[in-house]
Amino acid sequence: MARSNSRGSQEVNAGSMADIAFLLLIFFLVTTTIASDKGILNILPPKQDPNVPPPDIKKNERNIYNVLINANNDLLVEGDYRRSAEGLDQDFKAFIMNFGAPDEEATALYNSLPASLQAQAQRKADSSDDPGEAVISIKTNRGTSYEVFLEVFDLAKKAYFEIYAERVGLTADEYRRLNGDSEATKALQDKGKEGIPMAISIAEPDKIGGN
Amino acid sequence: MGKFKKKVKTGESIPTSALPDIIFMLLFFFMVTTVLREQDILVDQKIPQATQLQKLQKKTLISYIYIGKPKNTGLYGSEPRVQANDVLISSPEIVQWVNQERDKLPEADRGLITISMKVDKEVKMGPISDVQTELRNADARRVLYASTGKVD
Repeated sequence: MARSNSRGSQEVNAGSMADIAFLLLIFFLVTTTIASDKGILNILPPKQDPNVPPPDIKKNERNIYNVLINANNDLLVEGDYRRSAEGLDQDFKAFIMNFGAPDEEATALYNSLPASLQAQAQRKADSSDDPGEAVISIKTNRGTSYEVFLEVFDLAKKAYFEIYAERVGLTADEYRRLNGDSEATKALQDKGKEGIPMAISIAEPDKIGGN
Repeated sequence: MGKFKKKVKTGESIPTSALPDIIFMLLFFFMVTTVLREQDILVDQKIPQATQLQKLQKKTLISYIYIGKPKNTGLYGSEPRVQANDVLISSPEIVQWVNQERDKLPEADRGLITISMKVDKEVKMGPISDVQTELRNADARRVLYASTGKVD
């Protein structure tokens, strides 16, 4: 049955293998889009019931850090005009860690903080009472550019993450990378956040300068 | 003069026999990491930069929504539009879309659905706020503002 092979050993020519592989490689290089699922996480407030009036929250003005961004992308930070958001993260931090009038709980929190964070407490009377009370409020117009809004939001997040990280002795990058899938990282994450809630409020935009 | 010794050329050459293997290795890397786009993006997408990026553990929980100026302005106009799956939708349809996306998830994870908002830089806050209001109506309150890392 079997034909006798008279032509000797036949081999596939492998010389062009590299070329073929190159061709495929280049195809995949070009078509690849490495999926990016990174971003800034935000939890929206729950839906408001139109029949129930919004709760009347009594909060001292000094505990709210107001940032307004208008349709020209100018900033109004606590009543002061600013051209750009640069340096806002340091102001946020100073505001959160102010400890102007801490109650008993906040004093305990203060005493549990590392010395480097304690040193940041400026105890100004016109700034926040304690981190648990402090709220950063970002308000935009409908015409505000998303990019500027995101920049300010990013800086507010940065302020909080830096505080959390300093508390547990990590860098902010390391702290953000904690994902809470093991007990140890979860414990670290919780330790950083404890008593200092990330309170960033995003107000509904005004109907100015948009559509 | 003339003291320079003529260098003896030795037959040195880089062995290339391992080249196909190396190329194949690279090829496999790219084949594995490639995610072929299953949908066309109909709107402009220049994602803004940010520093405080977080990564989500479970990719299955993420649904994408694209907001930007339509690429085909002749057909869809030049106002920012919302794209979900592969069609442009209007704001009221978002609730329905979220519910569809949520039904695809296993029951235990339905509360954790995260909407990744891929928003073009040029978009104003108005349309974004409208989308967020709809997301609140749909009770999908976890939102990820997609952004790329900034080197500073």
